[in-house]
Amino acid sequence: MVERNSFLTFLAHAIMILGVAVVAFPLYLAFVASTHTAQEIVQAPMPLLPGGHMWETYSKALIGGGAGAGSTAPVAHMMWVSLVTALVITFGKITISLMSAFAIVYFRFPFKGFFFWAIFITLMLPVEVRIGPTYKVVADLGMLNTYAGLTIPLIASATATFLFRQFFMSVPDELTEAARMDGASPMRFFIDILLPLSKTSIAALFVIQFIYGWNQYLWPLLATTSEDMYPVVVGIKMMVAGGDSQNEWNVVMATALLAMLPPAAVVILMQKWFVKGLVDTEK
Amino acid sequence: MASISLKNVIKRYGTGKTANQVIHGVNAEIADGEFIVIVGPSGCGKSTLLRMVAGLEEVSGGQISIGGRVVNDLEPSDRDIAMVFQNYALYPHMSVFDNMAYGLKIAKVPLDEIKARVDKAAKILEIGPFLERKPRELSGGQRQRVAMGRAIVRQPQVFLFDEPLSNLDAKLRAQTRLEIQKLHRELGITSLFVTHDQVEAMTLAQRMIVMNGGVMEQFGTPEEVYTRPATTFVASFIGSPPMNLLKNAPDAQAGTITGVRPEHLDITATGWALQVEAVEMLGAERLVYGRWTHSSTDELVIIRTEESHAVPVLGTTIHVTPRPDRIHHFDAATGKRK
Repeated sequence: MVERNSFLTFLAHAIMILGVAVVAFPLYLAFVASTHTAQEIVQAPMPLLPGGHMWETYSKALIGGGAGAGSTAPVAHMMWVSLVTALVITFGKITISLMSAFAIVYFRFPFKGFFFWAIFITLMLPVEVRIGPTYKVVADLGMLNTYAGLTIPLIASATATFLFRQFFMSVPDELTEAARMDGASPMRFFIDILLPLSKTSIAALFVIQFIYGWNQYLWPLLATTSEDMYPVVVGIKMMVAGGDSQNEWNVVMATALLAMLPPAAVVILMQKWFVKGLVDTEK
Repeated sequence: MASISLKNVIKRYGTGKTANQVIHGVNAEIADGEFIVIVGPSGCGKSTLLRMVAGLEEVSGGQISIGGRVVNDLEPSDRDIAMVFQNYALYPHMSVFDNMAYGLKIAKVPLDEIKARVDKAAKILEIGPFLERKPRELSGGQRQRVAMGRAIVRQPQVFLFDEPLSNLDAKLRAQTRLEIQKLHRELGITSLFVTHDQVEAMTLAQRMIVMNGGVMEQFGTPEEVYTRPATTFVASFIGSPPMNLLKNAPDAQAGTITGVRPEHLDITATGWALQVEAVEMLGAERLVYGRWTHSSTDELVIIRTEESHAVPVLGTTIHVTPRPDRIHHFDAATGKRK
């Protein structure tokens, strides 16, 4: 029984609106900043209403070559690098995890237990922990400043493997047996039956891994030295030259907003599948 | 030629000292076109036996042949069989048509042949209107029919049924039983049907295998199993209410269990003396429960009487006489028929 008290309802709504405002205000400020010139922003107090320089700022950001003290690389290209990296990581992770989970759940093979625990233990090793050796390997292989170097070290995922493993374990054995009786080979079973049933899990993982790939900062920072291989999140940092130098904050803000758009789009588009994938119990 | 031959079939889990043998040497010869029911209580090994014939479990010992071919090492799809599962095992994301066509698609049967077979099966099972629906849009009985349709289109040599009626309600169960009988009459395919329900066994089987604890206790027609049970287990498992297995009947020999079915005990003026302990009115018949007056054992004797008879009064002594040709004797130690 939910109490219908109009004061409490008002209070609840007020708190939620306050929460939204706290989260949204910085974004709004960033948008405002991106629509003024650099001089207008630096003057105190900073304007709170959008100015008239939106197209100018955004095109300067996208095309590059502004007057700032930091990097002036074209954001459009950096966004492309980010997009390729994120998509390759996402598709790679999903494919590899699907196959690993399939092997772990449906096959018996020598040292299966060992491999299972090895994968499990990698959950305790985030990127930051293994970054030294990974850098050496990638550098020795000559993969610095390449798309391969940006994506391959990040392409295996224990979390995704476990998610798919749990899902595959919930598929009734009888379905596998019926497929066996129908003459389906293991790969046939995987493609015709497991994959369609895993659709919502795959969609949920797509969103998570895309955002993970898009937001990668530390590894690209190490693995790339030339401006034309920076992902956009690294690019944002590079634009801010630090100290007392004169940064073009409006361009920086515009870049930050541009960088937020693709993940937001992915989340909004896949949203309905995302929730369904995490709580789905349909059989 | 779709006979099935089971020669000393053994199933063992694990190896060495910790091995657990669950099926101890089953021998059976099943002729082409026979409908065989494997019946027994939970855990007796009937599903394991069926799954060994299907190829879903490995055979630990002995030989299984289908149509004259030894199939021990063959994959399920190579044995020319089809199986109907207890939980239907329909592919949830495919339509009914695709479910039925899947096996044929993998076998690369041409599309028009597939369509012809599916339509024919759909007609027999009356699931024509559902061909484009998904399994979740169907009721339990409809899903079971789709599962049977999937088995029929494969045109196998043998049908295997793994407790297919257990998930249906009583009325639907009776209905589907009749449909399965009709199907067998029309198609005449050798069938192995596993169930724990002795009524299903008695009504569907041409012959039945009664299993207990991994041992085949009897293999015979329903008539044989009912009138000449080979062991006390079979005697008490088939028939409801169960056969009276009496150690302390008057004039019984030592070491012998006397078996007599409740309907074969007549209430007479003289005979075995029993004190009436309970009476159950079932409508068309009555069950009378009595205890021996001549000995103080715990044995309960069940008598079935018709409604035309007078109702025995609780606590009084009645006399019953078994019909002479309907008494069975079993060895008390082994349980086997003497």
